[in-house]
Amino acid sequence: MASFQHSVSLDAHKCIGCTSCLRQCPTEAIRIRDGRAVINSSLCIDCGRCVRVCKHKAKRAVFDRISEIDPKYKWRIALPAPALYGQFEGLSEVGDLLQALLDLGFDDVYEVARSAEIISECTRRYMRKPDILKPVISSACPAIVRLIRLRFPELCDHVLPILPPVEYASRAAKQEALQQHPELKPEEICTVFISPCPAKTSYAKNGLSQTKSTIDYVVSMTDVYRRLSGKFGKGKNSAMKSKAGIAGVKWATSGGEAEGLYSDRYLAADDMDNAIQVLDAIENGKLPALEFVELNACPGGCVGGAATVENPYIAKTRLLSFKHKLPNYRNYLKVENKEPDFIPDDALVDNPLLDYVPPERLSDDRLEAMRMMAEIEEIYELLPQIDCGSCGAPTCRTFAEDVVKGECRMEDCVVLLKKKLQEGQL
Amino acid sequence: MSALTFHYDVDGQDFSSAGEASVAVKKKLRQMGFPPDVIRRCSIAMYEGEINMVIHANGGTADVQVEPDKITIILEDHGPGIPDVELAMKEGYSTSTEEIRTMGFGAGMGLPNMKRYTESLEIETEVGVGTKLTMVVKV
Repeated sequence: MASFQHSVSLDAHKCIGCTSCLRQCPTEAIRIRDGRAVINSSLCIDCGRCVRVCKHKAKRAVFDRISEIDPKYKWRIALPAPALYGQFEGLSEVGDLLQALLDLGFDDVYEVARSAEIISECTRRYMRKPDILKPVISSACPAIVRLIRLRFPELCDHVLPILPPVEYASRAAKQEALQQHPELKPEEICTVFISPCPAKTSYAKNGLSQTKSTIDYVVSMTDVYRRLSGKFGKGKNSAMKSKAGIAGVKWATSGGEAEGLYSDRYLAADDMDNAIQVLDAIENGKLPALEFVELNACPGGCVGGAATVENPYIAKTRLLSFKHKLPNYRNYLKVENKEPDFIPDDALVDNPLLDYVPPERLSDDRLEAMRMMAEIEEIYELLPQIDCGSCGAPTCRTFAEDVVKGECRMEDCVVLLKKKLQEGQL
Repeated sequence: MSALTFHYDVDGQDFSSAGEASVAVKKKLRQMGFPPDVIRRCSIAMYEGEINMVIHANGGTADVQVEPDKITIILEDHGPGIPDVELAMKEGYSTSTEEIRTMGFGAGMGLPNMKRYTESLEIETEVGVGTKLTMVVKV
């Protein structure tokens, strides 16, 4: 996957080679080499956890900037993720926020929450299909989908083959713009997603498996926050009104998507470690009675994304307070087909089969991989097994792997070196 | 080439850590490039075995021998032994306590699942001495 465009990058000048990100990376994709962090591109899932934990602000999520939008686009549509609604203190009406986006220079706003409601309806229909593998795993969090492709090959077929709400929103927004403004050409319209996290940027740049994304730009919530903060106050009577229901808005928090399925047999887990534990349990057949599993890489769900501003729990409380102002649902599928499990093609991913990507493989030749594994086991036994990270690998186990792969030497283990010094061997 | 062997101690006191060995083996098999279905079958068989050792035998050991064409999982404990193997193999039969069942275990699918997901399951058991299970998953 050499062509994969990542959205998490490193500012080498700021990195001092500490071990904060090293230990936190869920796929062990980071090493410290020559005093600074290096990210293994084939293992990185762009979850953004390293961005959140870096004390030196050396890890950055890469986003587009509003100022960089190509002037060839005559109609620029903002796609705010519902997590944005929870970022602002004193925002009493969602419409005020949407109006502020227009005032910022966007030509239109299409709420991703609207599409979330449609995707919920499509998912309910999908759950009625007779021959699907259960539990069905949500496809909304791109970091989770990438994790499954790397580490849980047997679960690839459990992933919901329906578009994530943001993609559906991008397509629907463009279609709506063409209908309302027949003078526009398709190439003159662009969608700009206001994202809570780098994983969604990565999704927009690379697509999902074989589904290409129609999202043109992804800007960070932090960037938009700065421009909007203080732009709406009490008593402002905005022309814009929200077209979403609270059910769609709730997708920004862990459990919001699953709640939209009207079934009690679901599980919602957030934060990467918890998600991995759940996936291990599903793979072992431990969750047989569940219909649906919603997993979010960030704590609290999208409100905990690395590009958000507000504490995720405060943001969640604010989002839920909109339930007094918004109806439950406002967006429904318009289909002629009466079959209860019918799903329109435009909501389905182009190719439902997620392909397994095996970057963990030591060698493509199994015998060689086994020989390397035997060597790793031998080296591991010699190591202190305290996982201190001083060698630049997250654990003694990964250090042993790196030694066998020829990426570092035994002497890089400072604990062993110290022992040798003390014993007078050096 | 002699078989590559991994050894694990399964702690009998702790339900929450049961399954750690099967997760570790799963990763190693992925690193060695075994096919996904082989990995899954090994993982399920081993997980069920680990849980059984925690529920019934106060823990034990797990040894996994990896060869290019087959994976052998040996689970050994010094628990109470199985008085009637034929009965224990029946789906839904369980000697677990009510307490264990309320924790979501002891559904009587452990041994049947181990048999279902492996090519062979050999049980050596003696009441009051312990049990040794040998399972083979062919690649």
